[in-house]
Amino acid sequence: MKKLIIPAILSVLILGCSSTPIDENGGAPVESRNGAGNGTGVAKVVADGGDANGLPRELTDPKSTLAKRSIYFDLDKYEVKDEYKDLVAAHAKYLVANRGFKVLLQGNTDERGSREYNLSLGQKRADAVKRSLTLLGAREDQVESVSLGEEKPKNGGHDDSAWAENRRADILYKAADGRGEF
Amino acid sequence: MKTMQRISRRIFLAFGLLAAGLAQAQLSIEITGAGANRIPVAIADFLGDPTASRVVTATVRSDLERSGLFKLVDTTGAALDENSSINHGEWKGKGADALAAGSLVRTADGRMEARFRIYDTQKAVALGGAAYVTGNEQLRIAGHRIADYIYEKLTGEKGVFSTRIAYVVKTRGQFLLQIADADGQGAATALTSPEPIISPVWSPDGSKLAYVSFEKKKPVIYVHSLASGQRTIIANFKGSNSAPAWSPDGRRLAVVLSKDGNSQIYAVNADGSGVQRLAQSAGIDTEPRYSADGASIYFTSDRGGSPQIYRIGANGGDAQRISFEGSYNVSPRPSPDGKSLAFIARREGRFQLAVMDLASRQVQVLTDSHKDESPSFAPNSRMILIATEVGGRGVLSAVSSDGRIKQRLSVAAGDVREPAWGPFYH
Repeated sequence: MKKLIIPAILSVLILGCSSTPIDENGGAPVESRNGAGNGTGVAKVVADGGDANGLPRELTDPKSTLAKRSIYFDLDKYEVKDEYKDLVAAHAKYLVANRGFKVLLQGNTDERGSREYNLSLGQKRADAVKRSLTLLGAREDQVESVSLGEEKPKNGGHDDSAWAENRRADILYKAADGRGEF
Repeated sequence: MKTMQRISRRIFLAFGLLAAGLAQAQLSIEITGAGANRIPVAIADFLGDPTASRVVTATVRSDLERSGLFKLVDTTGAALDENSSINHGEWKGKGADALAAGSLVRTADGRMEARFRIYDTQKAVALGGAAYVTGNEQLRIAGHRIADYIYEKLTGEKGVFSTRIAYVVKTRGQFLLQIADADGQGAATALTSPEPIISPVWSPDGSKLAYVSFEKKKPVIYVHSLASGQRTIIANFKGSNSAPAWSPDGRRLAVVLSKDGNSQIYAVNADGSGVQRLAQSAGIDTEPRYSADGASIYFTSDRGGSPQIYRIGANGGDAQRISFEGSYNVSPRPSPDGKSLAFIARREGRFQLAVMDLASRQVQVLTDSHKDESPSFAPNSRMILIATEVGGRGVLSAVSSDGRIKQRLSVAAGDVREPAWGPFYH
């Protein structure tokens, strides 16, 4: 993973403070205070998102069942619906036949409510898919379930149909040689 | 004869000046409410160096006015500095309960010294004064210090004008973790990422932020030193790692991990070692926050069927339910003074900022918005910063704990979210 750190501190200014008692004119003393400096400086860091592909065609060919990687959920629900059972079974079968491959299951939610609570809800959706895959023979160490919460909406809209599209778990693959989608 | 106190402490602070790339995401502030009984205060134009005076005087005035607790009295024609004799009756006549006067003088080493005094015109006495020396580029900071001093003398509470805030800007497909002064000025970018950044929280000493970054295609918790830019991963277990919260002594963080299945609350040392599970539930436990005394942790859980706020001891133990009204109460944030709890309540489909008085358990909804998120108390407990939405755009809003005073912070070309109010300046 590449990481680029921009030269930490671009310019440094020393802020000090001196103490200078000033003349009293009958009022309270003028104290000398520790002079300004808004905490510490801030250095800029640039994070890199990582890289992509290099997967076999059967996982990426649009005509292949295995290219379908999304499972959609009902509002506030995290059970895998019947219409996705075949899709999940196909992925489980692939993982059984290809033990070197791993999948990352990313759970997602719509935008309503607390970001952190949604992160936990998305986790439940990813966990539900993981449970189905492992019941069908995928090994525990082939499957990791994580959550993106409401942070990566597929549809940026703010209505029922956008929200339905965003209540989802996605399957990402990685080959034994480390190439892949995560 | 009075003893003159010579304080010769000398503190040096390294200050990183970020020249580039800041202007594009500068916060602008808008005041949309004020307190009922504002203290009338006159801030005379500081004498001495005219350029420096303009910056310092304007900063002091705008800080005090923005707080919603003060009303500025016109000082046109006044030529006063910290040594002038004050005609208290005249200022009382102009309606000022308090008057500040000062000057700016260049020091031998080329920096700028701001000196001032604050007077109570009713009692015709000086309340105190101070002198701050800063570099020429840091004059606004001297202004914030002076405003804090005046605020404390007149209200009896510590001011927060010298504090900083952290927040995330989403702009052009990038996520920027930024730090700015409490008035939104001087924004600096600590982290730029193509993937989301959420849940920033300040270390108690203000030198670091913990946050959740998705740059590894999953939520991972980092601790980021602001001065050096050094980042340490403190939780990257299998599954999701999220919702960090510092213990008040800065040694531990409460975090949420799904490594054992389901989101559950753990504590880790600030370097990521010493993972200890704090609670067990079959449902979701998340959003832990330590109470100010460090003795307990407030969190969100759906163990009772709907998301509600609970409390456990800082080392675990039995959970006690805290919120009862409504079917969705999340994001608990105990106030630094230990008296209240801010949280987000869903009422008729709208997500709004609410505050509970912890002694009486009385709940007050403070906003009439529909998408409030991520409340964060000012260190003096008087204001609460939230993310909300106005006209489809993410903005920040600062709301006083009584709901009267409201300020809005927005950026021109992006969404602002995930605010975190930093600690008092150390």
